[in-house]
Amino acid sequence: MLNVGKIEEGFVLDHIKAGKSLSIYEHLGLDKLDCTVAIIKNARSEKMGKKDILKVECDINTLDLDVLAFIDHNITVNVIKAGEIVQKKELVLPQQIKNVIKCHNPRCITSIEQELPHIFVLADSAKEVYRCKYCEEKYRENAIF
Amino acid sequence: MRHLMNPLDFSVEELDRLFDLANEIEKNPAKYAHVCDGKILATCFYEPSTRTRLSFESAMTRLGGRVIGFADANSSSAAKGESVSDTIRVISCYADICAMRHPKEGAPMVASEKSRIPVINAGDGGHYHPTQTLTDLLTIRSLKGHLDGFTIGLCGDLKFGRTVHSLINALVRYPGTRFIFISPEELKVPDYITEMLREKNVPYEEVIRLENVMPQLDMLYMTRVQKERFFNEEDYVRLKDFYVLDTAKMELAREDMLVLHPLPRVNEISVEVDDDPRAAYFRQAQYGVYVRMALIMTLLGLAS
Repeated sequence: MLNVGKIEEGFVLDHIKAGKSLSIYEHLGLDKLDCTVAIIKNARSEKMGKKDILKVECDINTLDLDVLAFIDHNITVNVIKAGEIVQKKELVLPQQIKNVIKCHNPRCITSIEQELPHIFVLADSAKEVYRCKYCEEKYRENAIF
Repeated sequence: MRHLMNPLDFSVEELDRLFDLANEIEKNPAKYAHVCDGKILATCFYEPSTRTRLSFESAMTRLGGRVIGFADANSSSAAKGESVSDTIRVISCYADICAMRHPKEGAPMVASEKSRIPVINAGDGGHYHPTQTLTDLLTIRSLKGHLDGFTIGLCGDLKFGRTVHSLINALVRYPGTRFIFISPEELKVPDYITEMLREKNVPYEEVIRLENVMPQLDMLYMTRVQKERFFNEEDYVRLKDFYVLDTAKMELAREDMLVLHPLPRVNEISVEVDDDPRAAYFRQAQYGVYVRMALIMTLLGLAS
């Protein structure tokens, strides 16, 4: 059994669907941060069978985790300070998500404009509907980058 | 700085002010003949649309301003691969306001994000055509005196017709509106529109035959079955003649019903209807100029 030590300050993202931790690593922009990150793949889980876990040692104000709510509701976010869990963070659907999902409407300007980010805006929070900022095409499953 | 991307960008109150100004211009054009002296409108048309472009050019010219621009993508730097963002940055150096038509949905919005001058969406693919909607609303308000409480029949291509979708979205803001959608099964109004109407408790009916509903209508909005929206020539040929308005059908309509059409017409309104006083589509084109004049003035901050 692999053991990864405690962190002093930062986040533990638990109950990530097995195999998804690397994509979350990218969407959170962790590759751009100069901090210690432990990626644990396929950890044993009673609830899920297998799961991924991300441990991020960083100032807890540096990371915007809202995008997680869009990617996977079931992720548990533990906020760590002085080595202890101080909060189980509730995830809120972000108003806007950038370069996480791709607009697949061939008539949308995002299909041709150079380096234009793919931005989706929360159109209906009750129904969790996101629409492309430019063409308003509704987000469909499997459009994640 | 204000842009116009979507017909709903303006509140009902702001639209009232815009339409008041348009009616004022209609009554007293000489007073407004020089308000844009020294100003330049750039018409950036990445796909051809003679009517909309000329309407903008006429509007700016009648306000005393000047017009520069291009009429299709082949005669612009887009043919060399320039992005919309770069084009608008350059146009911002040349003009005071820009009207942009583009085949890709959202292109004018991309432009507005990088622009130093107001951008008007003059049509972005099948998405929005807000100045057509403003034209439609001004026509109705000018000829009927108000915008609330009407039963509006929309006929023809209700699936791909962006003018129809925009007009529906704009009219639901006025109380007492009721819609009757008249189209073949293949060109029915999209589900998201009917869902929106149900959510807002706006009554609507969907029917196949125009004759059956003519007596109920305060307004009949006819649309062209656009060839470019079809992938397949056979479907186009089969559907284009489905709904033709002629004098026989007009006899079933009320005395004060208005017939509107965004134009160009192909054959969905017989020319014999043109002389009927209820045919308002050419007056509508005239209101299109007035509303664009009022819009240019408003976005340039010259309206007060």
